[in-house]
Amino acid sequence: MSVLLSTHKLKAFYGDFQALFGIDFEIHTHEIVAIIGANGAGKSTFLKALTGLLQVDKESVFYKGENLGGCRPHEIVSNGIAMVPEGRRLFPSLSVAENLKMGQFTGREGRWTLKQIYALFPILEEKQDMPATSLSGGQQQMVSIGRALMSNPELLICDEISLGLAPIVIKEIYAALGKITQEGLTAIIVEQDVGTAKRVSQRLYCLQEGRVSLQGNSDEVTHDEIAHAYFGD
Amino acid sequence: MTYWIDAVLQGVLVGGLYALFALGLSLMFGVMRLVNVAHGDMVILMAFIGYITTQTLGLDPFSAMVVVVPIAFVIGYALQRGVLNKTISKDPLRSLVVTFGISIFIQNLLLEYFSADSRAIYSGGIEAQSIQLTDGLAAGLLPVIILATAVILTFLLQWLFGATRIGRAFRATSDDHDAAALMGVNNAHVYAIATAIAIGILGVAGIYHGMRTTFTPTDGPVQLIYAFEAVIIGGMGSFWGTLAGGMLLGIAQSIGARWDPGWGVLVGHVMFVAVLMFKPNGFFPKTR
Repeated sequence: MSVLLSTHKLKAFYGDFQALFGIDFEIHTHEIVAIIGANGAGKSTFLKALTGLLQVDKESVFYKGENLGGCRPHEIVSNGIAMVPEGRRLFPSLSVAENLKMGQFTGREGRWTLKQIYALFPILEEKQDMPATSLSGGQQQMVSIGRALMSNPELLICDEISLGLAPIVIKEIYAALGKITQEGLTAIIVEQDVGTAKRVSQRLYCLQEGRVSLQGNSDEVTHDEIAHAYFGD
Repeated sequence: MTYWIDAVLQGVLVGGLYALFALGLSLMFGVMRLVNVAHGDMVILMAFIGYITTQTLGLDPFSAMVVVVPIAFVIGYALQRGVLNKTISKDPLRSLVVTFGISIFIQNLLLEYFSADSRAIYSGGIEAQSIQLTDGLAAGLLPVIILATAVILTFLLQWLFGATRIGRAFRATSDDHDAAALMGVNNAHVYAIATAIAIGILGVAGIYHGMRTTFTPTDGPVQLIYAFEAVIIGGMGSFWGTLAGGMLLGIAQSIGARWDPGWGVLVGHVMFVAVLMFKPNGFFPKTR
């Protein structure tokens, strides 16, 4: 399997404040990699760096043979990296269908069309004309995932998609995600719940204070290792 | 009775022109929360560009629009991409100060080239024609054309916002520009398109203004106030609201002027203040 995306000594700053201190990361095609870590460990910052919302050095992000660091978000999504942002970030002025169509803005062709999304989440077809933010939390998360898929990405990044949802809904969402990734999509999953993160991923990285504190195969890392990587000594 | 009906009718007609001034202001505020203080001066700038076009190319004013609107569109795009995009931030003061500066710049540029003399765009007699509605009630042909243009442009803008890809991008970036960027929207470009459309409309509005009345380089701020009042009265976020706001302002001015010829403009402002006091979101707000 070839490396789809990698970062090399990735550093990120908010003004003078340094949030990431040299992250080395890689993900192979068709792989699901989880990123875990305590609040403030740098997970969201890392994703912002990957998607272009935070500007980083050109050489620090490498994707399909090109340096992507420092590119604008709209250029990065055109290259096939889509994000399901934390908190869903749906557009309140747009209906469900319009939100999904926004995912198609780049015009990338592929298997995901409005019809395919409705086949994956039938409830969304029923509610397609409703304002997106009038839906339940779980349904909104479906819109957010569907919207990201509509750009026909090669790499899907999911930021805390279980946050604030009922356990049964989380199960449903991850079942759908399992279906999607089985078809060969590569995904980075950021997850607060370590159990879920280990279950859905092949490999995982743990961040702590802007550094990688642990990495390994998800079924091999032990509870103690993770506890240590989470909180340090 | 006819006297007052006529006052309302004339008010509605002049409201069409105010709506044309206001649509672009409403669009720019709706998409990027940017208040363009130079909007009125751009009306006058377009009137002067229209004036030059009719004079040098010998075109009638309506044909001149075919030349002026694309020029206005390009000016709008360049202005947003080159200057205004750099002022967009959470702090509205930056864009206010910069557009205020542009306002002064345009006024002085026009004064430099055209002096303070008042001018008008010759419209071949159309400004003197009227449509007799009933005995004692008539509507000027030009004001009717202006109002019809305002209605058509309002409809087109509402359609653009509601049913097209760029319209979705406008609404999405207005809701959450980071999330829109993650969908592949180039915010800098989308903002520039919005301003290009806003100033493009002024290509039409400026020429109509020059056909209706004389204008001088320093007339801009007054047009800005009318446009601003139309947007506030109508309510943010709805173009039909802006059109209605322009009409309500026109009606108030027209009725005020019948009451006392010196009081027309003042009554319009009083109505605006009353709306701010009792219905601060305007009559047809859509923005949450």
